[in-house]
Amino acid sequence: MPIAAFTWTEFAQQLAAGIREGAIYAGLALAIVIIYRSTRVINFAQGEMATFTTFIAWSLMNQGLTFWEAFPIVLAIAFTGGVVIERTLIRPVENAPVLTIVIITVGLALLLNGLMSLIWGGANQQFHGPFSTRTIDVGGVPISVQDIGIVAVSVLLVALLALFFRFTKLGLGMRAAAVNRDSSRLVGVRVSWMFALGWGIATVLGAVAGMMIAPVVFLDPNMMQTILLYAFAAAVLGGLDSPVGAVVGGILLGVTITLLGRYVGFIGSTLKLPAALLLILVLLLVRPGGLFGKVAVRRV
Amino acid sequence: MRTRLWLELSAFVVLAAVVVLLPRFVSDFRARELAIVGMYFIALLGLSVLTGFSGQISLGNGAFMAIGGYTTAILSVDGFYGHQVRDLWTIPIAGVVAGIAGLVVGLPALRLSGLYLALITFGIAVSFPQLPKEFDHFFGGTTGKILNLAKPPFGLSTTANNWIYYLTWGIALVLLVAAWLLVRGKTGRAFKAIRDSEVAAVSSGISLGRYKTLAFGISAFYAGVAGSLYAIANAYVNPDVFPIILSVYLVVGLAVGGLDSLFGMIAGAALIYFLQNHADTVARWLNHLPALSLDPQKPGIPSVVFGIVLIAVMVLLPTGVGGLVRRLFGPLTTRLYTRS
Amino acid sequence: MSLLELRNVEARYGPVKALHGVSLTVGDGELVAVLGANGAGKTTTLRAISGTVRRTGDLVFGGEAIPGRTEATAKAGIAHVPEGRGTFSDLTVWENLRLGAYTRRGGIKDDARRVFGFFPRLEERRHQQAGTLSGGEQQMLALGRAMMARPKLLLLDEPSLGLAPIVVNEIFAALERMKVQDGISVLVVEQNANLVLAHAARAYVLEVGTVVVEGTSDELRANESVRKSYLGY
Repeated sequence: MPIAAFTWTEFAQQLAAGIREGAIYAGLALAIVIIYRSTRVINFAQGEMATFTTFIAWSLMNQGLTFWEAFPIVLAIAFTGGVVIERTLIRPVENAPVLTIVIITVGLALLLNGLMSLIWGGANQQFHGPFSTRTIDVGGVPISVQDIGIVAVSVLLVALLALFFRFTKLGLGMRAAAVNRDSSRLVGVRVSWMFALGWGIATVLGAVAGMMIAPVVFLDPNMMQTILLYAFAAAVLGGLDSPVGAVVGGILLGVTITLLGRYVGFIGSTLKLPAALLLILVLLLVRPGGLFGKVAVRRV
Repeated sequence: MRTRLWLELSAFVVLAAVVVLLPRFVSDFRARELAIVGMYFIALLGLSVLTGFSGQISLGNGAFMAIGGYTTAILSVDGFYGHQVRDLWTIPIAGVVAGIAGLVVGLPALRLSGLYLALITFGIAVSFPQLPKEFDHFFGGTTGKILNLAKPPFGLSTTANNWIYYLTWGIALVLLVAAWLLVRGKTGRAFKAIRDSEVAAVSSGISLGRYKTLAFGISAFYAGVAGSLYAIANAYVNPDVFPIILSVYLVVGLAVGGLDSLFGMIAGAALIYFLQNHADTVARWLNHLPALSLDPQKPGIPSVVFGIVLIAVMVLLPTGVGGLVRRLFGPLTTRLYTRS
Repeated sequence: MSLLELRNVEARYGPVKALHGVSLTVGDGELVAVLGANGAGKTTTLRAISGTVRRTGDLVFGGEAIPGRTEATAKAGIAHVPEGRGTFSDLTVWENLRLGAYTRRGGIKDDARRVFGFFPRLEERRHQQAGTLSGGEQQMLALGRAMMARPKLLLLDEPSLGLAPIVVNEIFAALERMKVQDGISVLVVEQNANLVLAHAARAYVLEVGTVVVEGTSDELRANESVRKSYLGY
């Protein structure tokens, strides 16, 4: 497959698109890592939860609300939904083997996917995002406003979360609960509620990712499935218990995949994910804990 | 310990008896369905050895099933140097080919553990369906390969479906015994040691490399056999026959069965088969509950039902069916309590 | 009336019973020791008090019965420093201390300053990750974290474990000062009986989940079987 001639302008555009893709992966990857860090559970339903909340946003907008009017409502619903799911589905089995809990999230994913088809139908829907699709000139390169907006929202969200975890008592409590449950209980941290909070925050992250990506791809019940795979890959790349790693991994992955897809001929759309996973495998062989993860060094 | 042995032997005898006698009591179509349950059972036996006993997570065993299925298809249709291979003989070959693939996968897997391993094996599951599309000349692309319909050999007078049933379950019972012996023997002990503590295992002189890759190879062999049988039963293969979600369903079946309970895998196999294919029946049963009226035909209902049932099963039986059985029969075979 | 009173407390780990009816008291401003061999139930006793392990029997603290949940005992004013310190190794020294005061509001900076007063080495390392501290410093941190809760009762599990004698002396000296300055009571589990009897007013000896000997430190030191089994002479 011949590759068109290389221009810096196009490279910059691909880079921007890659960063935008990466911002979406980063948001979802961060959600995955937050839940994994505290409860050691990989939430297979993260993508479906994100799509579900995006559908809610879509419904609200169909009722006449603007995007930014619907936005906080959807975030509140997402947060509550995440907490409720943790309390009702995860908490009762918190002493079960991790695989059991993971399978419950698989069941949840199937359930939500079916519900979405049931409630909103399986067809693709148009989702009108908050950013216009025109391009502006950035140093001679036409960049889409939407891409800039998506990255800006993601960056803002991640920054707010970072501040929350670093400087608030609740954030500290959550970090403590993730690192050492027993000691956390001894100092009076309500560990169980910290986990519920984690799920709430993760669902909010997913909702934002969904609402950001829906204008770009079409909104349908299966919208987030491939993105979830990329998000897993990004989380693993960054090191599964590192929030920083999730964000960095997401951006890196987004950029790499976009550039690979454009500049390496035989990697068409079907081979993008396998190619990405192969690269991650190679990285993991060298650094088994991902970029920022901690791995107990076992010399055996 | 002896009581446990007797219990397991009797369970096996009961199972074998049921397997032999069941087709007389069910319809021909049902026999075929039960055959497919048997194929899932075989794949789950392998996965149980890998994940339940040696502690390595694999979200990619669907790909090994695909390797088995395609091996059978290619050998039956294109043949080996021009000779079409009889479908029966392709089964062990498919198993071996898949097993070798498993050994190959097992090598890099040595460096990974837990969720990192899960992701990479999932990567295999995701990537594999792409291969037939890329190398379509060899694999038949999206249309795949079409085999001859399975026929009972040696002129046995039985229906095709019954033949597939007995073929599958016959192999399943043999492989169950093989797995059971493996798990009880030195290899099984090595697997369990690795699962419980790699450091301790190595300190006891167990070669991680050898046993971990062996576990992958065995589970891939089983999956390959299952895939091969599936190809024979279906009479065709294409990428959609072994989709990505199959690997996820296998892990679901594993958890429902109870990780390291070989007999429990039957329950896991039954669940994944019936939930995929009979969600409408379950929906109709659920309609008996007050306040529920599910139209089985509406889109999304099968997924909803699958999800609800799956969640309910795992909440009620966190250690799977195998765990439940152990709890019921546990007092008969008392073990020393270990503080975890 | 004592600050803490245990009456016939039992505890189990699954089907295995670890405490077969332990009764003890700790008075205001008292340092009481719990001695015994491995597996006697010393750690379990502390866990039963802090609610880490489920217990039956009566536990009265400050005149009131306390529910068995860990978070509730923390709020009531009992701080438990577990075996192995239980520091949050990924968090900084300052964050560890901050967590100690989780159930309180206000005055946290002042309390931190007091802790640094007891353990100046912690102040030097306040932004270091707790996991990078030495064993002795981690023990000081664990103690400091417990102090941040302004507890009425301190539960200490094997504070000398794995530490050099000079460090242990430093820690026990700090403990004495805390006891005097803040009037807190301390219940210490220790295998090093000689060390702890030098500081404790009273002690209990546990064997197989019950109290077999109790009395003042002098009485225990005079007790011949205690001397032979636990004091080594």
